[in-house]
Amino acid sequence: MTEFLSLEKAIQKYVKPKTSVALEGFTHLIPHAAGLEIIRQKINDLHLFRMTPDIIYDQLIGMGCVSKLTFSWGGNPGVGSLHRFRDAYENEFPNKIEFKEHAHSAMANAYAAGASGLPCAIFKGYLGTSYPDINDDIKFMKCPFSEEKLTIIPSIRPDIGIIHAQKADNNGNIWIKGISGSQKEVLMASKKTIVTVEEIVDIIDEKNGGTIIPRWVINAICVEPNGAFPSYAEGYYNRYNAFYKEWDTISKDRKTFNNWMNKFVLSTKNYTEFFKKINNEE
Amino acid sequence: MKNKNFTSKEMMVVSASRFLKDDDIVFIGIGLPSLAANLAKRVQAPNISMIYESGTLDTKPERLPLSIGDDELSKKALAVISVPEVFNYYLQGGKIEIGFLGAAQVDKFGNINTTIIGKDYKNPKVRLPGAGGAPEIAAFCKDTLIMLRQTKRNFVNKLDFITSVGYADGNNSRDKLNFVSNGPKAIITDLGILEPCKVTQEFILTHIHEGVSIQEVKDATGWPLKISENIITTSSPSLKELEILRKLEATQN
Repeated sequence: MTEFLSLEKAIQKYVKPKTSVALEGFTHLIPHAAGLEIIRQKINDLHLFRMTPDIIYDQLIGMGCVSKLTFSWGGNPGVGSLHRFRDAYENEFPNKIEFKEHAHSAMANAYAAGASGLPCAIFKGYLGTSYPDINDDIKFMKCPFSEEKLTIIPSIRPDIGIIHAQKADNNGNIWIKGISGSQKEVLMASKKTIVTVEEIVDIIDEKNGGTIIPRWVINAICVEPNGAFPSYAEGYYNRYNAFYKEWDTISKDRKTFNNWMNKFVLSTKNYTEFFKKINNEE
Repeated sequence: MKNKNFTSKEMMVVSASRFLKDDDIVFIGIGLPSLAANLAKRVQAPNISMIYESGTLDTKPERLPLSIGDDELSKKALAVISVPEVFNYYLQGGKIEIGFLGAAQVDKFGNINTTIIGKDYKNPKVRLPGAGGAPEIAAFCKDTLIMLRQTKRNFVNKLDFITSVGYADGNNSRDKLNFVSNGPKAIITDLGILEPCKVTQEFILTHIHEGVSIQEVKDATGWPLKISENIITTSSPSLKELEILRKLEATQN
């Protein structure tokens, strides 16, 4: 049964300490509003999954919400390092995090296997690389038909899958258009799901393609306009590249980071207030 | 050194872009490879098909994207597909001719490291972003091109961590991995171009950029660099190449 909830209530209801959570998004439609609400509610000891942990994961890490991270590329795309991620990895600050590292293909396949109800994903990958030495989840098997050496890793089935989408209809079906990364797979692989959307419409009547994900795989829908900012929502707003560059300066220094988080996230009571405040200052 | 009207970065980007031909199907990494491919599309290869790992197929960006998933790439793409599809059907399925990669470090056999610098994985000197799509690009594209600045820190004899495989330990050891692809064709740098020796697959200097001395390249390489007997001086960027490149770089917001 799909519920229409406030983001505050949805996070409260589903995201508990020690749960595993995937907030997915591949450059486009990154669920920033949901990530900030987790920080606001000070939920910690989370096992996070994300192919491309970027600004919102840097914030979750820096605020001490994360105890384990499974990832395949941790950087600020086109800009450089993710400083809070690096500080956690190199100096265990603000806390020790267990890192489980993969390549994109492995994580995409692990989500797809999870979505398909499989215990593991089979693909070709990692041969000749150092990854099998540092990640004991990476195993190899011989194909029983061709005898080819194949790679096998456990599937990913997060407790909670969270994504941002452009629209939902009144019945709770959601619609995504543009770069969709592994978001569909994450919703299908997760035990419970939360989707933030730009808006709710009576009927999704889109003649220009896009993907519809039906209401019965979605537990909670929360309306959060601009909920992907500074990432983007195709058809609504563009990627705010200037902020990705600014984040480099904000996140480099622990104190500057904490001040920024205090000012914009902890001192605002919800995403609407956060968005208003940051836009007044930019 | 002669006075040049272009920078060493421009020379690198232009010489990398010249590897791309019209009608090539190219899988592009962000940063330098994206810049070089976009230049090629505006100079000699207008029909080149550019694919980014965000699932944007045959995209025609008017401005340079900052990330592999900018709205510019998505809006101007022939099609946008999911990430599992990109990796399984297009890369693993062998549908891409050329993979174009950047790197933090390479070794003499064209293996790439973008994961950690330092011997201890858990306690590295530098934590880099990691693999992303690079291992699959290196393994499954028919040919790969690598571009990065050449310094002693970047060009090492042996990598601390192999993120993406080039020719493994050389001497045909890549063949044992059963990839159907060919491996890296060239490493293009700000000093010259390195290509693999046909027998050992060790990268040797085959082209040198104008105004650069062989000693300079040797000094910027962490292994005893071999020099091709028929070393060629790269032709300098044309006025057209420079003009288009500068215009292109100015579009990145």
